[in-house]
Amino acid sequence: MRLTADERAMLEGGYGPGTRKAMEVLVGLGRIYGARRMVAVSSVQVAGVSYDNLGEAGLQFLESLAVGGARARVLATLNPAGCDIANWQALGISQEFFDKQSQVLEAYSKMAVTITCSCTPYLFGNLPHFGEHVAWAESSAVAYANAVLGARTNREGGPSALAAALTGRTPCYGYHLEENRHPDVRVHVKARFPRQSGGAATHEFGALGQAIGQRLEMEGKKVPYVEGIESASLEELKAFCASLATYGGVALFHLPGITPEAGAYPLPEASLTLTRGEIDAILRQESQASRQEVDFLSLGCPHLSLREIAHLADLLRGKTVRREFWITTSRPVKRLADEMGFTEIIAASGAKFAVDTCCVVAPIRGRFKVMATDSAKACYYGYAKNGMHTLLLPIDELVVIATSSTS
Amino acid sequence: MKLKGRSIFSGTARGAALVTRMGVSFFGGVDPHTGQVVEKGHELEGHSISGAVLVFPTGKGSTVGSYTLYRLKQNHLAPLAIINQECEPITAIGCIISEIPCVDRIPIHKLKTGDLVQVDGAKGVVVVLK
Repeated sequence: MRLTADERAMLEGGYGPGTRKAMEVLVGLGRIYGARRMVAVSSVQVAGVSYDNLGEAGLQFLESLAVGGARARVLATLNPAGCDIANWQALGISQEFFDKQSQVLEAYSKMAVTITCSCTPYLFGNLPHFGEHVAWAESSAVAYANAVLGARTNREGGPSALAAALTGRTPCYGYHLEENRHPDVRVHVKARFPRQSGGAATHEFGALGQAIGQRLEMEGKKVPYVEGIESASLEELKAFCASLATYGGVALFHLPGITPEAGAYPLPEASLTLTRGEIDAILRQESQASRQEVDFLSLGCPHLSLREIAHLADLLRGKTVRREFWITTSRPVKRLADEMGFTEIIAASGAKFAVDTCCVVAPIRGRFKVMATDSAKACYYGYAKNGMHTLLLPIDELVVIATSSTS
Repeated sequence: MKLKGRSIFSGTARGAALVTRMGVSFFGGVDPHTGQVVEKGHELEGHSISGAVLVFPTGKGSTVGSYTLYRLKQNHLAPLAIINQECEPITAIGCIISEIPCVDRIPIHKLKTGDLVQVDGAKGVVVVLK
């Protein structure tokens, strides 16, 4: 791989041991993927934040980099942490876990990484433009950056994204190269999506992403060109991205009329058709648990937008929540909700804000039996990682369950 | 016998090979407190990878596995070196951050458990001594 003088200096330790280690990671990755050079990135989304996922080893590694003098050279934001930094006690998080989580954030902070713990950095200032090279981890945000924004990123892991932040570089391969961004399968969606109140059929778009993702896995395809979706809101797109990434490992897709690169490439021969029946089958399959047994509800996978919180405030106004109900979002969006008075209405109902975190990365294994959510991605991890039965439902129905009596 | 592959991470090591034809998942598959393979049904289940030249086709599983290698190294339980048929990012990054010599594109079917091997990570060379 060809390196510039500056990149070589990083590799040889001229910028200190932390930066050297970061460049070693990138050179190693570049070698594996046959990259010929590095590309400068303008922003990074770093994963590997929850202590529940990192463990002691991950924490030690982060601290060693921070002590080694490594500092982010570009805008870098963080994925959700394992707990709400301000309100962890109300969510049943132990002091011990909070202390460890704080050490993780302190290490990132020392490295000049912005401590906004969220999977939706594009909602508050980390918003790359079309064609911009970035290095993002967090699979739902990767798909959003590549497909919806038209920025260019591979699907980074925790250490490789951090290495990109600390050097401002990533090896140039994969989705950084135009030749790898063309669709490899056409997907005809033969289904209508009923308009939901609040404008967001997030559970439907999650089920659609799941249906497409599972088909792509079977067919060995990676970049779908999805026809038949007339319009989609930001919230629906973020649900779709999360689901396609979770169930199909998809990092890039094209929606004609919606995403910016859809018309840029020749269409592939391979095609498959998806019917309303297949989406309904997923919705049915994800709603077999008993509504009476729901002991946990979680919204905000990916983190809720201000519009979703406004809608939720409408639904919860004057109601009483009778089950553990988490509203997960980023701190900047929560602050706007505070300003707008939404927080007060929601908190008065008994629902709990779980800021900086989410039901996927919080240490909740063993605490709940049945989780209800509008997110197909949350259903996957709720079952696989946290051992819960799951229900996938529209937000309005979730509020009905949350406020119904538990007896 | 001298086998030429590709350098993933530098450093030299000499030790006994521990060979498996199965992929290795470090996260969940190897106990970071003992160095033992704990994946159910794995060829190496119950064997310790500590102090061995670990030979396997390719890594698998969660990306958190890179940190498991780091933890093994901190606990002085890491393998001496890793030899892969085709290295993937989890193992590669794990070796780089833990400073474990690593070489890939080696025809690993030519190696068997117990062989005394010498690994030169920077040159991407594996020599079977006996």
